[in-house]
Amino acid sequence: MAKNSAKDIEVKAFATHQIITQPNPLRKVLRRVDEKDLDDPVGRAEQALAGLSGEFKDWMTIEVNRLSAAYVAIRNDGFTRERRNELFHAAHDIKGDAATFGYPAAAGIAESLCRVIEHAPDLEKVPAELFTHHINAILAIVHENTKLDSISVSAELSRRLRKVADDYLTQVNRDRPEHLEVILAPSIAPAE
Amino acid sequence: MFRIDFNKLRFLVCDDNPHMRRILRTLLHSFGAREVYEAEDGATALEMYSHYVPDIVITDWAMPIFDGLELAQMIRQPESKGNPYAPIIMLTGHSEKRRVTVARDAGVTEFLAKPISAKGLYQRILNVVANPRPFIKTKTYFGPDRRRNTNSAYMGPERRVGEKHEVLQQPSLLDKARSTI
Repeated sequence: MAKNSAKDIEVKAFATHQIITQPNPLRKVLRRVDEKDLDDPVGRAEQALAGLSGEFKDWMTIEVNRLSAAYVAIRNDGFTRERRNELFHAAHDIKGDAATFGYPAAAGIAESLCRVIEHAPDLEKVPAELFTHHINAILAIVHENTKLDSISVSAELSRRLRKVADDYLTQVNRDRPEHLEVILAPSIAPAE
Repeated sequence: MFRIDFNKLRFLVCDDNPHMRRILRTLLHSFGAREVYEAEDGATALEMYSHYVPDIVITDWAMPIFDGLELAQMIRQPESKGNPYAPIIMLTGHSEKRRVTVARDAGVTEFLAKPISAKGLYQRILNVVANPRPFIKTKTYFGPDRRRNTNSAYMGPERRVGEKHEVLQQPSLLDKARSTI
């Protein structure tokens, strides 16, 4: 359904470019409904997502175990491109998923770890504590998340680790303006 | 008011993380979609794209073999036998401004920063269904028109020669990505 036939596609040619227009191939799936229509697809989806939430703790445990294993491999055998990528991907997945799974502070710490991996000029020279503090904090948050009083502690931990990481990255990238610009730029991700 | 008949849409979801694929599948099925195909890497997604001819592609960025950015670039081949015009929604943990620009320049239609929400996903799908943009082909780019708004303060050279200035009243990809969802 998504593709129009070639005769429907209109091409206007200009000196440097072409503008290609076609009838909207997806117009047939749009349906006008009354303003009072009670169907709520977003609400339905949110409910379905809530129905999955019983599995989130297990999923999060799998994600943090992967992160932990990736760092153990580096600690034992040093950085290679593959090990660096595995550590980055594990942290990056937690950055993207953890808030959905109910661990927003872990997502913030994973983001901070991703920035260290991405912007440190030499990963071998990054103090080991910077990695271990991030990873241990994520592990602790996931294991202690059921305690209500730990939530504010998690958020504070996340803020402090981010500051330590940013201070380090600002220092080691002082002669690399293209990295410095990215480090200091605000995130576009929705706020917690 | 418009609704989408999701049961008439075919989706291709590409994410290497099985948990995120499960979440996406759950959300899309809850919207009413029946046909949701899944790939765990860019290469498999490209094969499935040719085979199933999806209406909408939702892809992660960071993936093994080749990533979501390369997938978008391979779909946006104007001379390909397949469909180079399908809307591509990039759903990613990357949340830096420069990433949005890079995704835009690869031909991505919409950008959705994780964490995912039902509302954010629905809005992106509604936008690609209801407000498709014309495609632009230059020597270095093929994809949806990247000019979503006019900048009256722009002082540089007109990079598109031979046409009147175009006005497309839509928020920029970056502004939309920034908006709280």
